[in-house]
Amino acid sequence: MDRIVNRRDLAFQLYEVLDAEALTSYPRFADHGRDTFDAVIDTAERLALDKFAPHAAKADAEEPRFDGQRVHMIPEIGQALDAYVAAGFMAAHRDEADGGMALPWTIAQACAALFTGANASTTAYPFLTIAAANLLSVHGNRDQRSRYLQPMLEGRFFGTMCLSEPQAGSSLGDIRTRAEPMGAGRYRLKGAKMWISGGDHELSETIVHLVLARLPDAPPGVKGISLFIVPKHHVDDAGQVGARNDVALAGLNHKMGYRGTTNCLLNFGERDGAVGELVGEPHKGLSYMFHMMNEARVGVGLGATMMGYAGYLYSLDYARNRPQGRRPDQKDPASPPVAIIEHADVRRMLMQQKVYVEGALALTLHCARLIDQRDQTEDAEARAALVRLLDILTPIAKAWPSEYCLDANRLAIQVLGGYGYTRDYPVERLYRDNRLNPIHEGTNGIQGLDLLGRKAMIDGGAAFKALMAEIEATLAAAEAVHAVAPLRNALARLARRAALITADLGRLAAGGDVATALANSTPYLDMMGHTVIGWMWLRQALVAAAALDAGPAAGDRAFYEGKLAAARFFAAQEIPRADAQAAILESHDRSALDIDDAGF
Amino acid sequence: MKVLVPVKRVVDYNVKVRVKADNSGVELANVKMSMNPFDEIAVEEAVRLKEAGTATEVVVVSIGPKQAQETIRTGLAMGGDRGILVEYDAETEPLAVAKLLKAIAAEENPDLVVLGKQAIDDDCSQTGQMLAQLLGWSQGTFASKVTPGDGTVDVTREIDGGLETIQLKMPAVVTADLRLNEPRYASLPNIMKAKKKEIAMKTPADYGVDMTPRLSTERVEEPPERQAGVMVESVSDLVAALKEKGAL
Ligand SMILES: Cc1cc2nc3c(=O)[nH]c(=O)nc-3n(C[C@H](O)[C@H](O)[C@H](O)COP(=O)(O)OP(=O)(O)OC[C@H]3O[C@@H](n4cnc5c(N)ncnc54)[C@H](O)[C@@H]3O)c2cc1C
Repeated sequence: MDRIVNRRDLAFQLYEVLDAEALTSYPRFADHGRDTFDAVIDTAERLALDKFAPHAAKADAEEPRFDGQRVHMIPEIGQALDAYVAAGFMAAHRDEADGGMALPWTIAQACAALFTGANASTTAYPFLTIAAANLLSVHGNRDQRSRYLQPMLEGRFFGTMCLSEPQAGSSLGDIRTRAEPMGAGRYRLKGAKMWISGGDHELSETIVHLVLARLPDAPPGVKGISLFIVPKHHVDDAGQVGARNDVALAGLNHKMGYRGTTNCLLNFGERDGAVGELVGEPHKGLSYMFHMMNEARVGVGLGATMMGYAGYLYSLDYARNRPQGRRPDQKDPASPPVAIIEHADVRRMLMQQKVYVEGALALTLHCARLIDQRDQTEDAEARAALVRLLDILTPIAKAWPSEYCLDANRLAIQVLGGYGYTRDYPVERLYRDNRLNPIHEGTNGIQGLDLLGRKAMIDGGAAFKALMAEIEATLAAAEAVHAVAPLRNALARLARRAALITADLGRLAAGGDVATALANSTPYLDMMGHTVIGWMWLRQALVAAAALDAGPAAGDRAFYEGKLAAARFFAAQEIPRADAQAAILESHDRSALDIDDAGF
Repeated sequence: MKVLVPVKRVVDYNVKVRVKADNSGVELANVKMSMNPFDEIAVEEAVRLKEAGTATEVVVVSIGPKQAQETIRTGLAMGGDRGILVEYDAETEPLAVAKLLKAIAAEENPDLVVLGKQAIDDDCSQTGQMLAQLLGWSQGTFASKVTPGDGTVDVTREIDGGLETIQLKMPAVVTADLRLNEPRYASLPNIMKAKKKEIAMKTPADYGVDMTPRLSTERVEEPPERQAGVMVESVSDLVAALKEKGAL
């Protein structure tokens, strides 16, 4: 049994649905082939199983502790990360000159998926570092790249993202941290940052905080936010790590899940000010952060997918081995009990998990593939089209997996019954870990507003139309394929309904009633999510149907037939859920908006 | 000093193997395959000898299907210099493999052949011993420590009740046990470098070796299901229970 991801499914997604091998036609990836992709994924899986999975429960039970001076955590976390760095994962997608192997983002994300599925909280440290490194590589100057980026790629420095403050989470325009110029390109920062993942630890020589703050002359709101590098220790011109900077850990937050990842309230400038360096130009900090937001949000969706996937595989194996009860037609009480996988309701719970996790994996890897295309294409027009498509898919790729793969974790617990509710089994921990994903990187409420209020509407709905054209193309390809007809028909109907709803809500907003138009942005996100995941299932079903027609290899028939069965389930049981959301949206329901506060 | 490391492609150690429906063997379709773990230890030891400046070249050899190239690549990504694949699709038996390795040793003239003490698919633990016999070389089996000297190699062996250190004259055959070392992961930059290393493609006919199996498999079955245990209160209860079962 595969424990993190079904490797057959991963290969199906990467090579049969996404044709990842075609990436090697881009000059940057010319040295690669399926052999190197598979070798890297094999190494990731080994490392994830050998070094990450074994301490996931222990890190959850023994969360990091702060003694007032420094943070203590179980040694296995550091050992796993040393092995991760030594194997070259921190720099995998960078050029060979930077110590990387120019790995496509699609494959790097497939590896990331394996690590997160094995142990999300240990994996968070390198993920934050990679995100911070990606930002510095685009927006940092040459000096900053050599003093901070290079050691991060070597795994000597780790990174963080310091956006949130105690009073400003969703609304970053309200942050209060201030930066005063002190000459020579340096600034003194003062303020408190809340929720900072990986904000303090002893895992690396120092920690590179990327901090959003306001300059003295900053205009109010989001147009007045600048980005600073503020290291935990001073780093001199030659890159030497020196004395502590004025960044203090005020305390660790005690969380529901992700407990191996330190989560910190950090005080910048309790004494004379934390010394920082400006990244890029003043007042552009938030746009730099958003630059890497697509990648980061798709990454959150992929992480959520993998926690769901691990729970699915665990509950599937359990269901095959747990004897309990008899079939409805088995009247003899002395007959041996069946494995619970034979019960219709257990099969339903397994099927629901399957369509959620495999559908979400298809979407998040599809987005990673689009990111590769966007970054490699020479054609400016093609790039602009890819940017548009990614813009509209991103809130869905973040929110849908974080809602539905969390629901998969709930179902995994249910499959295990009482055992699932205990800490002797991993499924309750997976649920707790996954419960973060609808909250961070922009709550799903914010994603709904982003999708309906911005992405679906801007440029006369250009991105929305581009997405619909993609879906139409798949529907057209499915026209004559009998095996996928139920899903094709259901999806065609839903997509038309979604387009009408989008146009209707757009008219409502343009007519001035923005409040009503946005009142149900979360049901809108949900409906669009099911539309897009339905599309992902149709794409998979088409590949499976073609493979079955061509005559599959010996062990593959059940796999492909499983894909077709899942697509039928999606058509029969999931599309109707989106129809329910559509009905809400068509009704322009304002009851929650209109109720008086006192009425709650 | 040249080191030859034979490696076998086997069902991955994480895979729970299933018996085929017709009881003719174990299910191999869609099953993850990887390098025999003891062979990984052998590769690691050879690479360490190279890193220490003792070995000058590490040649990784496999006998198996075309896909065994991937297994050799893993060895090359761990630090091997070049590979040889003797392509053979059917099941291999230790004697035929030992004969092929003997022929390869005659061409390559290695000072040391390091291989796993056994392969985790058939668990034979015979290839190294047969090879040493066929070559007329000394052998150090079940090694937990390997220290080359001048024309000799000291091998610490895991034996019943302890450790034994023997000195072998080179050329010699050494088989690796679990505690010899902890093999490294094929790092990403080295996976790229391995892609450019050479793998020579051969067939058994090139070495004039007859691969016809000497053994035939009658039937493969799952081990009998384990019966539930009972908890006993004390040692005397345990002794009584064992006597009752006829075990004492
Ligand atoms: C474990 C963990 C790790 C984190 N890691 C980091 C990190 O590394 N770096 C970092 O900077 N931040 C981090 N965060 C912070 C995270 O991004 C915020 O918690 C999140 O953005 C929400 O902000 P908030 O908690 O202040 O909630 P609020 O913004 O107060 O939101 C509360 C509720 O109100 C809703 N809401 C708020 N505004 C609106 C609106 N305009 N319209 C509709 N609904 C709205 C939200 O959707 C939410 O349901 C982390 C958080 C957690 C829990």
